[in-house]
Parts: sequence; C-alpha cells; structure tokens
Amino acid sequence: MADRSVQGAGIQIKNLYKIFGQKPGTYVDAVKKGMTKTELNEKYNHVLGLRDINIDMPAGCIQVVMGLSGSGKSTLIRHINRLIDPTVGEVIIGDADVCKMNQNDLREFRRHKTAMVFQKFALLPHRTVLDNTVYGLEIQGLSRAKQEEQARRWIERVGLKGFEDNYPNQLSGGMQQRVGLARALTNDAPILLMDEAFSALDPLIRMDMQSVLLDLQKEIKKTVVFITHDLDEALRLGDRIAILRDGEVVQQGTGQDIVLKPADEYISSFVKEVNRGRVIMVDTISTKGDGAATAGGVTVKTGTILEEAAKTMTDANQQHATVVDESGKPMGVISMNSLIQAMVTPISHLTVQAAE
Amino acid sequence: MDWFYSFPKMNDETLRNLKKSMDEGFKAFTRSYGDVIESFFQPLQYFLIQAEKFMTTTPWPLMVLLIAGIAWIASRNWKIVAGTILTLLLIGYFDMWSDAMKTIAMIFVGTVVSIVVGIPIGIIMARSDTVQRVVNPILDVMQTMPSFVYLIPVVMLLGIGKVPGLIAVVIYAIPPMIRLTNLGIRLVDKDVLEAADAFGSSSWQRLKNVQIPLALPTIMAGINQTIMMALAMVVIASMIGVQGLGQPVLRSVNGQFFSLGLFNGLAIVGIAIIFDRVSQAYGMRLQKHQEVVHG
Repeated sequence: MADRSVQGAGIQIKNLYKIFGQKPGTYVDAVKKGMTKTELNEKYNHVLGLRDINIDMPAGCIQVVMGLSGSGKSTLIRHINRLIDPTVGEVIIGDADVCKMNQNDLREFRRHKTAMVFQKFALLPHRTVLDNTVYGLEIQGLSRAKQEEQARRWIERVGLKGFEDNYPNQLSGGMQQRVGLARALTNDAPILLMDEAFSALDPLIRMDMQSVLLDLQKEIKKTVVFITHDLDEALRLGDRIAILRDGEVVQQGTGQDIVLKPADEYISSFVKEVNRGRVIMVDTISTKGDGAATAGGVTVKTGTILEEAAKTMTDANQQHATVVDESGKPMGVISMNSLIQAMVTPISHLTVQAAE
Repeated sequence: MDWFYSFPKMNDETLRNLKKSMDEGFKAFTRSYGDVIESFFQPLQYFLIQAEKFMTTTPWPLMVLLIAGIAWIASRNWKIVAGTILTLLLIGYFDMWSDAMKTIAMIFVGTVVSIVVGIPIGIIMARSDTVQRVVNPILDVMQTMPSFVYLIPVVMLLGIGKVPGLIAVVIYAIPPMIRLTNLGIRLVDKDVLEAADAFGSSSWQRLKNVQIPLALPTIMAGINQTIMMALAMVVIASMIGVQGLGQPVLRSVNGQFFSLGLFNGLAIVGIAIIFDRVSQAYGMRLQKHQEVVHG
C-alpha cells in the first residue's frame, strides 16, 4: 500500500505565476519581462503572488518551503491541491497537471491524493475528535466501520487515545493539531500538505510535534510539503528546502547547502542565527586520510551532525575521530579543531549583520 | 410662483384612471386565476385544519402533557417545563383554552411553512451575491409594508379565512428566517470551509457537514424570531377571519371590554414566552460543544 502511494507522488512545479487582481492574465507577459512587484502594484493595482516558481519535489521526501509572511509560501502550497488557481504554470503530480483538471477530477484528486494540515487547525467544532478524524474517508463514502478502524489507529498513533469523544474546544492547541494531523493521515493520501502546521504552537509543543512528524515519516514515507517561517524548523524537518522571498524562489537545496552556501545576503541574515552544529554533517569537514593512527579508535557514522560528533569525541576525550560509512568502512577523519571552526558562524556572515 | 407653494402634482384625471386601471387589472387577474391560486394553497389549508383539529379535539390533560413533554425534550430544564404547565393551566382556567389551541396551531403551521420556505431561500442567498442583492430589498418591503396593505390583495384572491391569514402571518414572519440563515452561512469560518474543500467535499457535503451545522445557532435565532413575529400577527390576522386569541382582542377593541382584551393579550404573551424560552434553550443545547472549553 505504502509503496503504491509513493510511486508517482513526486510534485513538479513548473513556471508557476500567480497574479492577484481584476485581470491577472493581462500582466503575465510584463511580469515575465521583469516588471517588479512594486511597479505592478503601484501602476496597475495588481499583486504579484508568485513569480516563475520551479520546484521539483521528489516522492517520499519532506520538502520545506520557507519564507516570511507575504513571501507567497501559503499561496504556493494552495496551488498543489488548487485551492488557489494559478495564473499560468503547471503543477504536475504523477502524470497529471493539477491546473488542467476539471471540477470532478480535482475533487477526486483531493480526496485520494492529498491531505492537508492547517495553521489554525480548521477542525469542525461540532464534531468529536473521532468524527473529525474520519472526515476525509466519510467524504470518500467508505463504510463507517472502515472509517473508524482507520481513524482510531491514527488517533492512537498521534497520542490521542482516550480523547476520541472530546470536542476540539476541550483540547489544547497542541492536541488540536494532533487531531488535524490524524485527520490528514487517516486519508492515506500519498501527499501531505502542511501549511505552517506547527506555527501556532508554543516552542516545546512545536518541537514535540516535529518529532512526531519525523517519526511518522520514517514509517509512512509520504511526499510532505511543509510550509514554515522558521529556519530552525525548516532545517530540522526538511530533506530539501526552498526559500521564498516576495514570491520568488531565492535558493533551494538541502539544509546543509543553505547553511554553508547562502545564495545572498537575505539568506545569510537568516542563517547566521542557526545552530550550525545541528545542521552540518561530519562529511562536510572530514578530510581524506587514514585516521586509524590519529583517531584513537573513536568512530562516527556518516551523516552524523557536528554536535553529536563533538559529544562522542569529548566523551571519549579524543581530539580526532574517524568517519565511517554504514558498513563501518572508514571514509575520512575529522579533528576537534575543524569541528569547532565549522560550528562557529563564519566572519563573512557576521559582517552582514554589522552592515544592517 | 404657484408651483413653489403647491406641489406640481399629477393631473387628477390621469391619477384616477391609473388607480382605476390597476384595480380593474387586479380584479381581472383575481377572476381568472383566483381558483388556480386557491387550489395551489389547498394542501396548506388541509395542514392547517388538521393541526387545529388535533389541538382542539385532544383532551386538555393530554395536550398539557404533550406540550410539557416537548418543552422537556427541547430544553431539559425543569423550570421552563414548570412555567409552561402553569401558563397552560392558567389559560385554561380563565376560559381561553380553545382559542389558545387554535392560535398555537396557527403559529405552529406558520413557523413550519416559514422554515421550509425560508431556509432554502437563505441558503441560495448565501451562495450568490446577486441573489442577495435582489432578495434583501424584497425582505425590507415585507417587513416594513403595513400588513393591512398586503391583506387587501390576499383577501381579494383567496377570500376571508384561515389560509389568507396564514399567508399574512408567513409574509410577516419569514424575513428573519431568511436573513439569519443567510447571515449564519456567510459567517462560517473560512478556514474550516477551506479544510472541507481540501479534503474534496462536494458542495452538498460542504453544506451538510460544515455550513449548516456551524450556522445552526444563528438559524435557531432566526426560528425564534420567526415564532415571535408570527405571534405578533395573531391579532391582525383575526381581522380576516383567523380564529384564536386574536378574535376576542379584536372584539374588546370594538366594544371597549378592558378585561377581555387584557386576559387574551396576556395569554398571547404567555404563549410567546413559552415558545421563546423553549426554542432558545434548544438553540443553546445545540451549541453544547462550545460550552466546554479547554482550561
């Protein structure tokens, strides 16, 4: 079941433009030729939502879209299940273009291929936790017994067992969002859209929910599109991250790419606040060579983050460690010096801060 | 300067002819379509007569029990039930039982008709701004036009009796039902609607699962208002032959019988309070999920 859903659930967004206003179609060419957002707004009273978005989201990965408010990130995610119609462009999922579907196909697509979690939870206040969770399956017309069987499984999985008959009002924000998550997962759709799903929660609960999501993802392997304004959240969750500014993608890549090679000053200014030790992996700083002699027997696996490597090394009271691959074969060496160097924010990023 | 002091009005002759042709036109319309329209309202008359027959022929102790039972089911509140029983007993003791039952039958049928017609109109209105723009002024006219004015054509078409009375009651009482249904649906949280869309709800599923349930408290307020306005029409409807508590009030106005008017007036007030408290308590119970709030 899970295998089938992963197949063809990659999302390709191609040349997507969104202009808000009375006659958006009229200004596409002008925008393509480089009219700025401000000019479009001041001269023609139209708002540029998204400009030339191209993102390729592989199946089974968590794709984070990060941006501040007004960057168009919530508009972008709504194009994936077409809650917002694009002005021009394509959103290709499997072999179908979502933008070209008719109303019936679109409804079927939303019922079976996508599920969504919302910033403000958007639960039905007059329904209990259980009745909220079955909503997607109810819409699909499954038998009540089937609906409940699935729903109860996911309610338990997100840690809400015993709350099935409570109303959303009786739950805390964190618990309400667990209901939102259970509702989306019960749908068993290959694509999970999360629109600032954890932004309304307080920091501890947010960390907690992030862990829940990461744990679940190991098992469900869905294509998750996660919107956030928080770079730490983006780095923690995202297999890949796209950063949006004023409706344009300014950089995309892995968390490491973004922290190590910020594309411009805008991104540097975000990145400088990041705890680099939790993002950068040992592979980045390991140097070739036979470490066995110097490393004193300490090994760290490839893909380990610097912070953990540092802890392993200090615990063993060693200045060096060997980086090994999954099978335990040595790949390179790291030293405590290079470790610390990589964890400290580089000067080039600090000057950006001073210049501001 | 003559035109400055006396308004330059339409020529007397023309005005008279205009009125005459309107009257004659409507009379002709009545003559040719009166029967069709009357047979159209036949089922309504049947419904009304059955309701009245049931209310007046059922022995009074059973009727008191029945109404008290409904009050209990709707409100789950002993005080409201006790008040209901006491009011009904007082009405009976002061010899107004049969009139009160006729009035309740009328209000019941009027409210049911208003709900059945009003809610769908309200829903259509909520879905389309154009419909809202058209319907709103019509509702304004219905609410502000003195009821005597629309009684004239209704009586011309259908004669004197229960059905024209019912139509007058419904015309007066239906606007809050339509308005509050429209408002309730328009006020439904956009986020929840978006969620319903995101899961692929059809527009019927959206209406049934989200819009109606979330608008229900407002719709209940509309039903409550409709009942109150229907009761307010009881006396006016009695002028065109509707039986019930309105008739004695009308007689007391004509004959200056103070006590007769007072007793019947108080009976109307009593019934109004019963309906109001019971329907409001029911509306509150529908929102039970909103009372318990996470601490």
